Amino acid sequence: MTSFSRHALTGLWLLVLAVVLTALKPLLPPVLDRLPVWHPIWSHYLDTWFDWLQNDLGLIHVTRLAASGLGFLIDVAANLLYGKARWPRLEAIPWSTVAALAAVAGYYLGGWRLALLAGGTFTWCALMGQWKWTMETMSVIVIAAPFGFLIGLLLGIWSWKSSRVESVLRPVLAVLQTLPFFTYLLPAVIFFKVGPTAASVATIVYAIPPMILMTAVGLKKVSSDVVEAGKMSGCTRWQMLTRVYLPAARTEILIGLNQVIMLSLAMVVLTAFIGMPGLGAKLLAMMNSFKLGRSVEIGITIVLLAVTLDRLSKALVVKQPEHFEKGTPWWIRHQAWLVAGGVFVFFTALGRMVPFFNEVSRSQSLSVGSEIDDVMKAVLDWDPIQAVTGFLRYFFNVWVLVPTENALLYVPTFGLIAAITGFCWLMGGARPAIIGFVFFTAVAVLGWWDRAMLTLHSTVTATLLAVIIGMPLAIWASRSEKATRRMIYVCDTAQTFPSFIYLLPAIMLFGITPVTVILAILIYTMVPVVRYTIEGLRGVPAEMTEAADMSGATRWQKLVNVQLPLAMPTIAVGLNQALMFSFFMVIIAAFIGTRDLGQEMQRTLAGTDLGKNFTLGFSVVLMAITFDVAINAWAEKKRKLLGL
Amino acid sequence: MDKKTPVISCRNVWKLFGPDPKQFLATLKPDASYENIRAQGYIAGVHNVSVDVGRGEMLVIMGLSGSGKSTLVRCMGRLHEVTGGEVLIEGEDIGKLDEDALINLRRRKMGMVFQSFGLLPHRTVLENVAFPLEMRGQDRHERRARALEVIELVGLAGREDYFPRELSGGQQQRVGIARSLAIEPDIWFLDEPFSALDPLIRREMQDEFLRLQNMLEKTIVFITHDFDEALRLADRIAIMKDGAIEQCDKPDQIVLNPATSYVAKFTEEIDKARVVHAGVLARPVNGIEVTGEPVSEASTIQSLARLLISDRRKLIPVAGKSGELVGVMDRQEALDVLLGSGS
Ligand SMILES: Nc1ncnc2c1ncn2[C@@H]1O[C@H](COP(=O)(O)OP(=O)(O)O)[C@@H](O)[C@H]1O
Ligand SMILES: [Mg+2]
Repeated sequence: MTSFSRHALTGLWLLVLAVVLTALKPLLPPVLDRLPVWHPIWSHYLDTWFDWLQNDLGLIHVTRLAASGLGFLIDVAANLLYGKARWPRLEAIPWSTVAALAAVAGYYLGGWRLALLAGGTFTWCALMGQWKWTMETMSVIVIAAPFGFLIGLLLGIWSWKSSRVESVLRPVLAVLQTLPFFTYLLPAVIFFKVGPTAASVATIVYAIPPMILMTAVGLKKVSSDVVEAGKMSGCTRWQMLTRVYLPAARTEILIGLNQVIMLSLAMVVLTAFIGMPGLGAKLLAMMNSFKLGRSVEIGITIVLLAVTLDRLSKALVVKQPEHFEKGTPWWIRHQAWLVAGGVFVFFTALGRMVPFFNEVSRSQSLSVGSEIDDVMKAVLDWDPIQAVTGFLRYFFNVWVLVPTENALLYVPTFGLIAAITGFCWLMGGARPAIIGFVFFTAVAVLGWWDRAMLTLHSTVTATLLAVIIGMPLAIWASRSEKATRRMIYVCDTAQTFPSFIYLLPAIMLFGITPVTVILAILIYTMVPVVRYTIEGLRGVPAEMTEAADMSGATRWQKLVNVQLPLAMPTIAVGLNQALMFSFFMVIIAAFIGTRDLGQEMQRTLAGTDLGKNFTLGFSVVLMAITFDVAINAWAEKKRKLLGL
Repeated sequence: MDKKTPVISCRNVWKLFGPDPKQFLATLKPDASYENIRAQGYIAGVHNVSVDVGRGEMLVIMGLSGSGKSTLVRCMGRLHEVTGGEVLIEGEDIGKLDEDALINLRRRKMGMVFQSFGLLPHRTVLENVAFPLEMRGQDRHERRARALEVIELVGLAGREDYFPRELSGGQQQRVGIARSLAIEPDIWFLDEPFSALDPLIRREMQDEFLRLQNMLEKTIVFITHDFDEALRLADRIAIMKDGAIEQCDKPDQIVLNPATSYVAKFTEEIDKARVVHAGVLARPVNGIEVTGEPVSEASTIQSLARLLISDRRKLIPVAGKSGELVGVMDRQEALDVLLGSGS
């Protein structure tokens, strides 16, 4: 106990120091208030280094070579999917064929409902006149996802085999997973030419980390009995890997595949920022010109696509091989493939004969974008709604966002560093505190301090709001079995949506204002908060709550004294994820018009300022990892204390 | 290699679990006890074990759970690298084999049935059973034929295309047995192979097993914690405690002359009369005059109960397989075995 309080004391002293530094700001030597703006120097060094890498080392030739290979594959996919004039110069596969094949896949993986979802999604895309954009997006996914899967699988196997590789990969993956996506994009553009190739490279890099982790986890989990049985059967190492380990780790590997696909979709949509055509680009354009109706339609397409891809790949995870009775004829054994073949031939022929099934022309499309626009304008202009949104906008802006933002900007740099160090110390002791101190000092040294503070401000504010709104919601839902199930279903579905989508409702309600940014982040980060709070509360053992009931605790007492404390480690995981999501989202929100790191990063995309892009990107990474470390340390400590 | 060389020979085998076992063993006092080792943060899975298994012999290893049975057998197949000592298979130190030679040895000679089956979840019964054959590179038709043969043998005909998760525990166990038999191993390790079976089938499998053993003359190391099973099957029984073998001997000797108090306690509940054979009680004739019908040396005392009680002779002659006289048995001694020594 004494060690604990001494522990807390150090943290508190650091916080006091922060307050003192802030109070004495006018008296401080300027260097304690703000470090000089050093980022041009770093950018310059980085640029020189990149230049050396690119030209002197000749990396550009390597990447250009890889790009041409990748570009070729994407062109083939593009030709087949939407008839881009590239080799093999075939006609595009009719939309009806794609939709029917998706339905067949859905049926064999998960029955009629999935068939309906998969077939329906592609039919919707075609009928809404979005076929070409959808296929532009898909042509990158169908190439990037398999590459991401394979590379991730290989790296996963490697990191499982060699602990040295694992120890190198782990921090790299941690950085990759917090790296703002703009930082993926610019190098991709510079090293791989603009367009689909750069998009697919960024997508692959972005999608790989979870695949590596899942593969390694799955391989580690293979039961020793199975391994020993393999060895006693006289397997060579290669046979062990291919016939014992990989098949036995099937579930985790397929979960990895699911994540690769979902991240690919999320990233492909975002590559609109580097000129990748497709659904993302259209959505971006429509939102830019405030055509909300069309935006909503495209948003729905993206969501449908996400849900379909997610459900299909998840169905693949749970799909177990079934045996056939003896003497089952071959056409029943291979029914799925035969049906798919038949469907392909039939619909392709149909498409050639009836143009509607080949391509839905503009005049035939069912898009009602402008009508939706009208309706939405009418609704939003309706006085009560105007009053509410107006009030919220005013309230948050004037009473929440502006004052807190100004306060944060007022704090001297070293005051804030002291505060962060103290916070980390309170959370997890010396190690997180040291990390926090070093990382935030690094942010200061990198020289984007004010912008970093703005990023931090949006992130933390939105996450706190998500907690304030999300936790009660989750507590309410966890009361009943039914509400729990529904809420988890909603969260799981919402989690599959590409992050870009979350901007849409925010823009619809609040237009282009700072409140919109917060709202977009808020919606996005609420998902993990609600999800993990429910999970934590439901995971409290029944004996504990029953014991509380028997001691005559009221509901409130039970919640505060028993359920929440026990659920805290799990909730902390959700909180951590929420923060990571916010860091991600706040950068994307640059598009709405922020003044933070993201805005500056978005500007770099137009040029070749790799150095600047990286100093900005790493400012975000350093902040994100600090919180990640501190919260995880805290959750771990709590878990130990509770004996979980 | 001559006939006398034991097929499996463990010489002072140690298997320690812990941070740096080799180093630890080098500094370990030779008489360190299990507790002693444990106090220093190591677990003696196998504690200085020396045991030989001859050709065609069946050694049954018994002991409480955690006594190191599985670990010892894993050392014999080099699934564990031993920490100290050596394991010789047909006179060759398997610890010294390179990877190819080891793989080859396992492919040609060894089969193993695992306590928790170790079936490959993504393969059908047929594919699981054919797995070792596939590893050897046998062609598809041959391995299929052979696999079907052993599947039939373990009574799973008709289930070839099932997946392990579609089978009961007992059926899975039988798949494991079939798989280990597929390559016709000379050396067969069985780690509690019948533990998942219900009693009726277990009995059936034991009979089948004995038949196979008589037919195939395999060298077998068999783990069980069921004494009845051990008695039915064993040529010799090794009783383990804390990684060490307390006693390794013929079943009769184990029950008649337990080497340690632990073994005595372990065998306390056994009905000795069912285990002890007349031949074991027979003493040399040494000119004593024998009278009347001899009993066979292979009969258990239990099967002679009626005769022992009604017979009036003090010494009963015992005859060998072909009827020759091998010795005499003291009737009182036999009655003591049958009824307990009355102490
Ligand atoms: N891989 C391992 N790592 C550490 N300890 C082990 C390992 N395998 C077995 N042990 C320990 O060795 C002892 C013997 O285990 P085992 O041979 O499985 O016992 P049995 O088969 O007789 O039940 C046990 O105390 C067990 O905990
Ligand atoms: Mg065991």
